[in-house]
Amino acid sequence: MGKSQFLSFIKKEFYHILRDRKTLFILLGMPVVQIVIFGFALTNEVKNSAIAVLDQSKDDATASLTGELDASRYFEIVASLKSAAEIGPAFRKGKVKMVVVFPPGFGNDLKHLNNAQVQLIADASDPNVANTLTNYANAVIMGYQDRVNQGLKLPYTIKTEYRMLYNPQLKGAYSFVPGVMAMVLMLICTMMTAITIVKEKELGTMEVMLVSPVQPLKIVVAKAVPYLLLSCVNIASILLLSVFVLDVPINGSLPLLVAESILFTLTSLSLGLLISSATGSQQTAMFISLTGMFLPTVMLSGFMFPVENMPLPLRVISNVVPAKWYYIIVKSVMIKGVGFGAVWKETLVLAGMTAFLLLISIKKFKIRLS
Amino acid sequence: MKSVTAQDLVKTYGTKKDVVTALNNVSFEVEQGELFGIIGPDGAGKTSLFRILTTLLLADSGRATVDNLDVVKDLKAIRKRVGYMPGRFSLYQDLTVAENLEFFATIFETSIQENYDLIKDIYQQIEPFKDRRAGKLSGGMKQKLALSCALIHRPGVLFLDEPTTGVDAVSRKEFWDMLKTLKRQGITILVSTPYMDEASLCDRVALIQTGNILSIDSPAGIVDNFKPTLLAVRANQMYPLLLDLQRYEGARDAYAFGEYHHLVLKSGFNEAGVRSYLDRSAHEGVEIKPSRPVIEDCFIALMKQPTGAAADNHQPSA
Amino acid sequence: MQDAITTRNLTKTFGSFTAVDAITFHVKKGEIFGFLGANGAGKTTAMRMLCGLSFPTSGKATVAGFDVATETEKIKRSIGYMSQKFSLYEDLTVRENIRFYAGIYGKSRAFIREKTSRVLQQLRLENEADKLVGALPLGWKQKLAFSVAIFHEPEIVFLDEPTGGVDPVTRREFWNLIYEAAGDGITVFVTTHYMDEAEYCDRVSIMVDGKIGALDSPKGLKETFGVNSMDEVFLKLARGAKRSDG
Repeated sequence: MGKSQFLSFIKKEFYHILRDRKTLFILLGMPVVQIVIFGFALTNEVKNSAIAVLDQSKDDATASLTGELDASRYFEIVASLKSAAEIGPAFRKGKVKMVVVFPPGFGNDLKHLNNAQVQLIADASDPNVANTLTNYANAVIMGYQDRVNQGLKLPYTIKTEYRMLYNPQLKGAYSFVPGVMAMVLMLICTMMTAITIVKEKELGTMEVMLVSPVQPLKIVVAKAVPYLLLSCVNIASILLLSVFVLDVPINGSLPLLVAESILFTLTSLSLGLLISSATGSQQTAMFISLTGMFLPTVMLSGFMFPVENMPLPLRVISNVVPAKWYYIIVKSVMIKGVGFGAVWKETLVLAGMTAFLLLISIKKFKIRLS
Repeated sequence: MKSVTAQDLVKTYGTKKDVVTALNNVSFEVEQGELFGIIGPDGAGKTSLFRILTTLLLADSGRATVDNLDVVKDLKAIRKRVGYMPGRFSLYQDLTVAENLEFFATIFETSIQENYDLIKDIYQQIEPFKDRRAGKLSGGMKQKLALSCALIHRPGVLFLDEPTTGVDAVSRKEFWDMLKTLKRQGITILVSTPYMDEASLCDRVALIQTGNILSIDSPAGIVDNFKPTLLAVRANQMYPLLLDLQRYEGARDAYAFGEYHHLVLKSGFNEAGVRSYLDRSAHEGVEIKPSRPVIEDCFIALMKQPTGAAADNHQPSA
Repeated sequence: MQDAITTRNLTKTFGSFTAVDAITFHVKKGEIFGFLGANGAGKTTAMRMLCGLSFPTSGKATVAGFDVATETEKIKRSIGYMSQKFSLYEDLTVRENIRFYAGIYGKSRAFIREKTSRVLQQLRLENEADKLVGALPLGWKQKLAFSVAIFHEPEIVFLDEPTGGVDPVTRREFWNLIYEAAGDGITVFVTTHYMDEAEYCDRVSIMVDGKIGALDSPKGLKETFGVNSMDEVFLKLARGAKRSDG
């Protein structure tokens, strides 16, 4: 296929995309809306949350700290526990979201050893809320510490110790940005590629295309190009929004992040290709893309639910979900700020998957109608 | 030179349990430059046949060639030199007329200018609308655009699958006029249609029904092969007349045909016999005259032939 | 005789486009009325208004004595409708299709049972009753679809290109069904692209550019236009059309 042929194909695909204003609007608007929704969900304030206190020291320091916690607008102390044995039942009844535990001799340690400990136990079945609560509690405690320390040479320090119940490895606050990236790329590339190809089958234009000198596979490659570009626009808008609106920094290398995203886009495109060769109607293509690709992306990539906590079979299955690997890569590069050296394994898995999927879809691609 | 050949083509669909035979040993040959019609109702196998010849489908058995190229082995070479217009409108509805034509020109590695003389007569009729999206065109104009796109690379053989289905009588007539012009340019044309009256516009036709070819001949040849006496009969009350004609002992067949009923006589019966039969009934305004059979009469007769698989094929398959 | 359909200056416009332009005609009870026109002449729009699917912009029309603008529910109970495109559920059996459609019109079980066996007998489909409709040849589907459309014994049945693509023998069998329905007093309103079928109608109207270009018996039309066939009548009229479908 000559260069002009290929270009005219791409031009045609762009006409299709640009002239379907509604779909284009959704494709470009979806990432923005998702980032905003998740961003809003994350920053929503926690007010007057029910907490309990287990005071095993009962001294001036614990009394004034308890008073400050209760006075803050974030908390309301609803119970005073007598022993550690009451902690579990208090959570299970669903009454309290967090328990503040002062160990015996808290005030004493603070005054004489200049070092005391307080334990915060939070119900992390809702990780965002747990995280917010412990942060607020920490702030209250630190504020108290600062006031006590004023004019002292040897500052007292209170060490807070967290325990996250039910979700020990609490996901980071920024987990949704990599998650949304994985979701959006998967949705656009897989579903839209599958749908546009199947649409040509439904329309009958694929029939005419096949009875022409064009190499069939190139028809399909040409279809992928505009979606690759569209995905780049989406990656850019997600990154811009997360940096400037949500204050989620890009700690690692931007070129690496973009390169990895393009790799994942290719994985999704080849998945879409595979779906399109197996289906004959737009409805089926959409259904398979949604249930077969989108749901696993959301459920098994670690974005919504931590993979570590899943039963073994699901953990095994999660390994074949491309989004899981991409999610790990983005989190590492963007949030942790590590370099290629730390994610080369995941990159290799993703590249391997892409090669495998492309190979199968090329093999399965029909040069005839049935 | 043979432009298209088909030898014992068989195509079935479905599972082992529930087999539908789309083509049952179909054989024919089309000469270079011929306008060849495949005439038959929906479900006769026309589309399967066209798809096999255009390399889109593989036959279960049998052989076929286009321009002396094998439809299975020489797929790429054939795809370079045939033009194909599938049954439904298969252009991009969201591209304009000009964009569609340009696009098809590039994928066939040619340009509009290069072969403009071939499509000029057709394309000029839609050129005033060249900036209109194809989806907004009328049925007749869509058809002209599709034909222009199928011709843009100057194909040696043109396959038109039911180009006139669902199109009104005026556009149908215009379309056949265009085909005549194309034929003069030396292009071999295979066209399928469910409209029997279009058969007479072809050089030769194959009548096809449920995967079986009933007859292949020139339209005149097919009509000449219709041997029994055919009468056109009418009366004031047409439906009772039809029922009476069907009960007539000398009737091989009787069916409605436009403003008359057609009565096919068994040998040994004649017009006078029919007249005296009808005189015995209460029909008024009876008119009886000999009639020349047309393709549709032949098709009905061939369908009802007791021999061959075609005869009982319009019964639901068991 | 009472009229099954009457229209007076029935008009439908879409923006600046007048699809149906003040048409006035009457269809007699028990008549087979052919409704012809080139693609885009306004046939489909007019038929939709008569079936109560589309609201007229202006003018009046009654179907089975009910106003198309205000009594659409009553109209829908008194008409049957069949089109080439959608007729029966392919993944239901013949019997299930009949029962489903009869159920829509609230027919009693006894009525359905008795009439189903009559219809199956008439169509010679007794042995296929429990087969999927998808497995039937096209011609049989169309005949069955027609029988289903008149199963609830409507006053009027609308047929939208009922015989497209059907073989010549089945096409005639289909028309025999139409004749029988007309004989039972059902008014038949039919569109077709086959000009020989226009001859089978009692009266034919030909729409041109949203208006009724001609309306008469086939014989009358041929005399008026001084030609020998309906085909020529149609071509003479439609050739003068300014618009084709758009």
